[in-house]
Amino acid sequence: MLSALLVMAAIAIVLGAVLGFAAIKFRVEGNPLVDKIDAILPQTQCGQCGYPGCKPYATAIAADEADINRCPPGGEEGIRKLADLLGVDFKPFGGDTAAPKPKSVAFIDESTCIGCTLCIQACPVDAIAGAAKQMHTIIASECTGCELCVAPCPVDCISMVVIEEKITNWKWKYPAYALTPARRIAFDETTSHSTRPSKDDSQVAGYGRAPE
Amino acid sequence: MRALHHFHGGIHPPSHKTQSTQLGIAVAPLPSKLIVPFHQHAGEAAKPVVQAGDHVLKGQLIGLPDGFISSAVHAPTSGTIAAIGMQPVAHPSGLPNLCATLIPDGREQWVQRNAVDYLNTSPAELQQTLRMAGVVGLGGAAFPTDIKLRIGKQKINTLILNAAECEPYITCDDMLMRERAAEIVKGAEMLRFMVDAGVVLIGIEDNKPEAIAAMQQAVTDSGMPFEVVTIPTIYPGGGAKQLIRVLTGLEVPSGKLPTDIGVQCFNIATTYSVYRALAHGEPLHSRVVTVTGNVRQARNYEALIGTPIDGLVALSEILPDCNGYIMGGPMMGIPLPTAQVPVVKATNCVIAASDMLFPPPPPALPCIRCTRCVEVCPADLQPQDLYWYAKARDFGKAQAYSLFDCIECGACSYVCPSHIPLVQYFRFAKSEIHAREKEKQSADSARERHEYRLHRIEREKQEKAEKLAAKERAAQAAKSAVEHSDEGVTK
Repeated sequence: MLSALLVMAAIAIVLGAVLGFAAIKFRVEGNPLVDKIDAILPQTQCGQCGYPGCKPYATAIAADEADINRCPPGGEEGIRKLADLLGVDFKPFGGDTAAPKPKSVAFIDESTCIGCTLCIQACPVDAIAGAAKQMHTIIASECTGCELCVAPCPVDCISMVVIEEKITNWKWKYPAYALTPARRIAFDETTSHSTRPSKDDSQVAGYGRAPE
Repeated sequence: MRALHHFHGGIHPPSHKTQSTQLGIAVAPLPSKLIVPFHQHAGEAAKPVVQAGDHVLKGQLIGLPDGFISSAVHAPTSGTIAAIGMQPVAHPSGLPNLCATLIPDGREQWVQRNAVDYLNTSPAELQQTLRMAGVVGLGGAAFPTDIKLRIGKQKINTLILNAAECEPYITCDDMLMRERAAEIVKGAEMLRFMVDAGVVLIGIEDNKPEAIAAMQQAVTDSGMPFEVVTIPTIYPGGGAKQLIRVLTGLEVPSGKLPTDIGVQCFNIATTYSVYRALAHGEPLHSRVVTVTGNVRQARNYEALIGTPIDGLVALSEILPDCNGYIMGGPMMGIPLPTAQVPVVKATNCVIAASDMLFPPPPPALPCIRCTRCVEVCPADLQPQDLYWYAKARDFGKAQAYSLFDCIECGACSYVCPSHIPLVQYFRFAKSEIHAREKEKQSADSARERHEYRLHRIEREKQEKAEKLAAKERAAQAAKSAVEHSDEGVTK
């Protein structure tokens, strides 16, 4: 009886020591979930979600303080990825968030710019070059299109230019072709298979699409 | 006789090659206007170095290579640059690209041409010469040849000259070999010297007996130890990886280059332009183009780069029911947005189409997983699975199934009993993956810049606070010093 107790106690002490050691040795700095969420967010740092940047929004989502549908630049696909990661249901954009816009970059009308540096201070990614009383210009390759520089400009010389489709950024499109007449003939209008409910499926032939 | 190997799959589409090999290569007459795009090669576009109004000589540099993978662009004839601007080009998007419009003066006045004594020139200099001569792969992909010659530490054992020309309709390499075999062999020796290869194999499909005879004769005459190898006709036997497999039995591993297994492969027309560039100092300014399909007399033309395609096909007399043009072959070619686009370095063939020759594809039916696409895939892939994932936009899975080993040859679409445009799905998935990678990179860079900015603001705040504190301390010290001295005075 006593020996059994001693053995159990010894096992408990050894396991406790191992767990205690592991807790110190493999301690995770910060919340890894925040980094995973942050990796999905588009890093525009635009603040349209109501948080001052992507990382604070990621922290809020991880702490269950914010919804996943507050990031317009990420688009619906971003919401889907977040839903996937967090194991929650997809949610369409709420009424209070701005609608997603086509990707654009800021453009400074250099003849109007007075060199006040207000936009430089507002830019979250240091994508504006210039100095006090010197003309400013946007480094287009670094601009995230967050629009934070537009409001502070006292002379309204910053406009957002939509990125046009050029040969260099052109993408092959998802193949779309007409629904087969063969199918329409094969299935009678009255059968339940004759018309497929999804609009997307009517564009593309083939068996069921995997769930998004 | 060399023992040949096989690659997996392949198909035997009707070849349609004889109609364009009845007549020899004709030199296309000088058009009234040439449109020379600055982006004719894989990689970055060339940077224009001429302006509208400039007079240029034949072979004068008009576009400077810009970036590591890039190539030069030259004036194909002497004349005046009328404009530099966006013009329709041969691209699947149908979008315009930057081009120079050249009005020829008809004098064909050359710039100073300098032949290179390649045997006494360093490899780096030869690569630079080819880069500045605008020599790129003429098989269709237009990859800069100088990059393929930068081999690094690997040892190249075998140099392969690709003369398989496996795609139906195209005969430009066939005719070039029949008529200019001696020059090609000289170019082959130059390439062999540059990559320092021991063995040179010239792979030609057995449906080109005249070209094989001409090349064999030229090799014998030159006394070079090159081997002309007749390979069975099967599509896509002219794919670089497939040809390497057939000739050497080696397989280029997934994600690796032929140089990693000691092989390098060049197209036969590229070899010819290497010879022209080094032996005659001529930049790549013209190429042989097959004009075939729905025309009265299919033929090969030596056309200047920039020749508008409508003028070129008119030489062969288009038949009235022509309903469009394809650049390249029927398997991998692209439909042209308009016939006003120019001939570029990648234009090996122009096919006039008609409903008779290329009936519109029957409507696609569901995939029945018959795996006929698997049987013919020359890259040993599972097209039906790739299709499934591409369709569902599951790009991670598509990549796991080696999507990027797909050479887009179209054999799977060709045999698909459901007429599913499989290659279109694969192209869509590939370009979507590339776009996402690019987006990810720019997001990462934005995050880094934002974090650095926050860090900088924090640091500036701290520095300011420290400065203030130091000032305060100094003020206090001064004050107490004054008090002390005051005390001293009062005492």
